[in-house]
Amino acid sequence: MKILVLLKQVPDTDEVKLNPETGTMIREGVGTVINPLDLHALETALRLKEAGDHSITVVSMGPPVAEEAVREAIAMGADRAVLLTDRRFAGADTWATAMALARFAEREGPFDLILAGEKATDGETGQVGPETGAMLGIPVATYVSSIVDLEDNGITVEREVEDGKEIWNLPLPSLISVTKDVNEPRLPTLSGKKLAKDAPIERIGNDSLAMDPSETGLTGSPTRVVRIGTPKLSRKVEMYEGSDLKHGIDEIKKRLLPYLVVNHE
Amino acid sequence: MSDLLVIAEKRGSEIHSSTFELLGKARELSMKRPLTVSVVILSDKSVEEDSSSSLFSGGADRIILAVDGSFKRFNFEPYTKTLAAIVRKLSPEIVLAPATTSGRTFMPGLAALLKTGLTADCTGLDIEEGTGNLLQTRPAIGGNIMATIKTPNHRPQMATVRPKTFSPLKEAYQSKCELVHFDVTPDLTQTAAKLIEFHPIGEGQKGVQDAEVIIAGGMGLRKVENMEPVYRLSKLINGTVGASRKIVDSKWVGHEAQVGLSGHTVKPKIYIAAGISGAVQHIAGMQTAEFIVAINRDRNAAIFNFADIGLVGDAVEILNELAESLESEVKK
Repeated sequence: MKILVLLKQVPDTDEVKLNPETGTMIREGVGTVINPLDLHALETALRLKEAGDHSITVVSMGPPVAEEAVREAIAMGADRAVLLTDRRFAGADTWATAMALARFAEREGPFDLILAGEKATDGETGQVGPETGAMLGIPVATYVSSIVDLEDNGITVEREVEDGKEIWNLPLPSLISVTKDVNEPRLPTLSGKKLAKDAPIERIGNDSLAMDPSETGLTGSPTRVVRIGTPKLSRKVEMYEGSDLKHGIDEIKKRLLPYLVVNHE
Repeated sequence: MSDLLVIAEKRGSEIHSSTFELLGKARELSMKRPLTVSVVILSDKSVEEDSSSSLFSGGADRIILAVDGSFKRFNFEPYTKTLAAIVRKLSPEIVLAPATTSGRTFMPGLAALLKTGLTADCTGLDIEEGTGNLLQTRPAIGGNIMATIKTPNHRPQMATVRPKTFSPLKEAYQSKCELVHFDVTPDLTQTAAKLIEFHPIGEGQKGVQDAEVIIAGGMGLRKVENMEPVYRLSKLINGTVGASRKIVDSKWVGHEAQVGLSGHTVKPKIYIAAGISGAVQHIAGMQTAEFIVAINRDRNAAIFNFADIGLVGDAVEILNELAESLESEVKK
């Protein structure tokens, strides 16, 4: 079975750098790691491979520096790592990112199972997985907290949602996005790291994907960042300290009194 | 007049409160540019009379009802294909849905099929003067910044909004009460994905999302034993215990109590932040509380910028003093 894992590389620093003109993140010059939530998707693939005869391809879209992140996936046990990288991909929003991933999956596929993490720790949209699935026209299950069973013609998964747990059976191919409850990702082994060091990372640009410019990068992105601001302060705080503290406590007490639980014994 | 669609969120056969919050916001947007507000319900059976009348008085001009057996619970392909057909028929300007596990799944699917933009987890929605475009504001990069996003050249403009971000209408809307049935053709609901089992979770205690009073603890409490006054106070006033990410990571309390970007967004009447410094990620989850109390030893803690009342002092001592004072009221 061919398994594809979608990985995003995220900055491994909390420093926020933004292009003041486009409002998009500057990724060059910042070290990257695999999005921590995507490691659970990779681990899911690795465990399935341990139990059956599967090959794992990981794919990420990003600048050349993201190569280090996909290399780590090889160290963990992925068979093949691909980086979709091209200046023309820059500035892509979730739609244009999903479009490139879907094109890649079509070109190199068909993949039987596509795995994604719940969301990225930087953008936090969780949109690319379901968008990619819809573009490929395959079923999608999100918030998967457990893989129950994988068979030749389908996969059974548990979804954790607001009002309970659902067990779904999906045909193959399907796209599944997993939560961090699904497993505990392994660390790369020393031999894995050695193997990864010289492993070839395939770079694919738009000459291969042949996407229309209207569907690529910033040009192909329906959304635009209008402005970036800092979270607004909308409250005027009344401060109490020192000998005034007592008054502050009384103020809170007044507010809480209506909620007081009175025992009628 | 152009249309705004709100995709209804169901819990069982009930319409979830997040739908009414979006209707409230939709009415506000319709003051800035004329919009017909429709609520779209995908359901396995027709809607109850009282559900539909509460949606009309909650701000809907129109209910679009699509009934099919496959809509009993959320299922990706039938939902996205049917919603895409409804959107293609009505060509709305704006489509909104709650940022729930289902909304956060079908909205990207829908945006992909319609080739349009989608903004996740918006905390603010507005209409841009001049263009009439929807301005979608969301916390980005761990809540360190607020990004305002628009979809200038594609339609519809789509956004998901976390539950408890906006308020439902306070006064009943005078609706024309139009009910439209959308004909669900078999091609729209075709899927090989099957729901095999569903295990509902019990109606336990109120989660933080629905709590009226939240007493939230943070690392400033120093050790897990110091959560005691938080529980003591919460018991006295039938409150709910909340938590910062740090104390959840330290396993003082479970993840269900976590407030913030990676936890729950809450909108209680009163929010007490005890020993919480006010990381932006936390603020993003509680800033819409009606009244915020901050207790912290550091008078420069960021949390005070977001509070209505700030007490500079030891949170454990202050909470205990508050609890004692309230206990004396009970005995009176």
